Amino acid sequence: MWRDALLVGSKDLRIEFRSRVTTTQVAPYAVLVLVLFGFAFDQDQNLLTKAAAGLFWVAVLLSSLLAVQRSYAIEATDGARDSLRLSGLDPAGIFLGKTLAVVAELLVLEVLLGFGVVVLFGIELHDPALLVVTCLAASVGLAAAGTLYGMIAAGLRVRETLLPLLILPVVAPVLLGATQAWMAALGTAGGGTDGWKWLSLLISFTVIYVAAGSLAFSILVEES
Amino acid sequence: MNPKADTEAGSIDRVREGGSQPPLGSGKAEPFAHRVAQGASSSSGRVTGTSDRVTRILGGSTLITAALTAWLGLVVTPPDKVQGQLVRLIYVHPAVATMCYAGFGLCALASLAYLWPRTRTRRWDRLAAASAEVGVVFCVLTLVTGSIWGRPTWGVWWTWDPRLTITALLCAVFIGYLALRRTGGDPDALAKRSAIVAVVCVLLVPVDHEATTWWASLHQTSTLLRANPLIHGEQLYTMLLSFVAFGLGFAWLVLHRYRVEVLEDRYADEGFDNAISERRAEGGVLTGAGPRSDGVAP
Repeated sequence: MWRDALLVGSKDLRIEFRSRVTTTQVAPYAVLVLVLFGFAFDQDQNLLTKAAAGLFWVAVLLSSLLAVQRSYAIEATDGARDSLRLSGLDPAGIFLGKTLAVVAELLVLEVLLGFGVVVLFGIELHDPALLVVTCLAASVGLAAAGTLYGMIAAGLRVRETLLPLLILPVVAPVLLGATQAWMAALGTAGGGTDGWKWLSLLISFTVIYVAAGSLAFSILVEES
Repeated sequence: MNPKADTEAGSIDRVREGGSQPPLGSGKAEPFAHRVAQGASSSSGRVTGTSDRVTRILGGSTLITAALTAWLGLVVTPPDKVQGQLVRLIYVHPAVATMCYAGFGLCALASLAYLWPRTRTRRWDRLAAASAEVGVVFCVLTLVTGSIWGRPTWGVWWTWDPRLTITALLCAVFIGYLALRRTGGDPDALAKRSAIVAVVCVLLVPVDHEATTWWASLHQTSTLLRANPLIHGEQLYTMLLSFVAFGLGFAWLVLHRYRVEVLEDRYADEGFDNAISERRAEGGVLTGAGPRSDGVAP
């Protein structure tokens, strides 16, 4: 299963590395979202610093939608879906592989956006361990939920409009947990917020979606 | 599952729903499923509604229990010491919220039954569709009645309380589920995808229910589900009766909605054939020459 996962994941990443869609389209989009937040908050530096954690994760959330759509767009042409199904790879392995590829892309985006919030919103990083672990847990959660729903919406005529409607309410707990954990780590929380406690919410969400996706993919790969 | 097996399962399902076939033309009292089954066997079968004796009894008892609840809740029971007249919402809001959970829970159970290969029939998918839709209706009603209660007691229509937020998320998640159901395509594939979404999404229901105990919440905790219920006497009975009333209404709605699904499936099966034969008949009337036998376009 893990061998299949590495195979699929490295295939997705190789395509991304060669086509450079993530680096030339998704990454600029994510930074653009941050800049737009600056306009929306009327360049109020105090407000931006206070809201930085939430804005960061909203930007990650919006970019993850693009990453997931991209992850299935590369399967849509040249009968790639059929060959993936006929390849005899373990469905759970396919799920984990596609998830891992999205996780890798999200982590790169998060580093970029992290620089963005430090430079644009003027925040200071206090608790790097909590920041990094939160990023890891949230990325896996976002990627797992996104990959599962991406597969559910794959092949449908209305997938571009349906996918955000399906994913956004589902990953709302990630936004909540990751924002709270980051606020604690950045020192912008109201005080008394235990970041590690919110991290446990993130981890349980991630575990649920990785398990659900691994189980559901055998049904989804078989049918469509 | 391949398309052939799907049509087989569908036809078996339809025959089962038909049960024992009544003689043709046995009047209006025949149960709904029989009429649909007849319609499926003779293409002229017209279905004029989704009601039968069961739904009429259910609907009637819903009206009676609801009226009784309204009378007890508005006239007989006393106003609260603290909340005054507002306490009367306790005869609506908890029952509506419970029906919302029931709808989503039923949807998830039916979806699980559909995903389990041995119990995979169209009827579970229809039940999931019907109960999810009714669940969303009750979920919106929960949010609305809660908002009406929140404005005078908390001073705001909406607050970012865990219970409220998760209920809103639950509503959004199942609206997404209904949107997915509307996307069309291969019904069997769609049923599987929808079933997976329903099973994953219903995990929010226990979180929502426990939200008031897990987090420090503005929303009050459960009134009934505790060793010593917070209300007694006629208030308790009225509240229990409200659960019966909304429960009957829930069953009535789900049954009707399920039958609409049956009709939609039948339309998908026969609609195209019927449309073609109607066009053929029109062509015959216009040219006055009867059906064209050579099959060559002029």
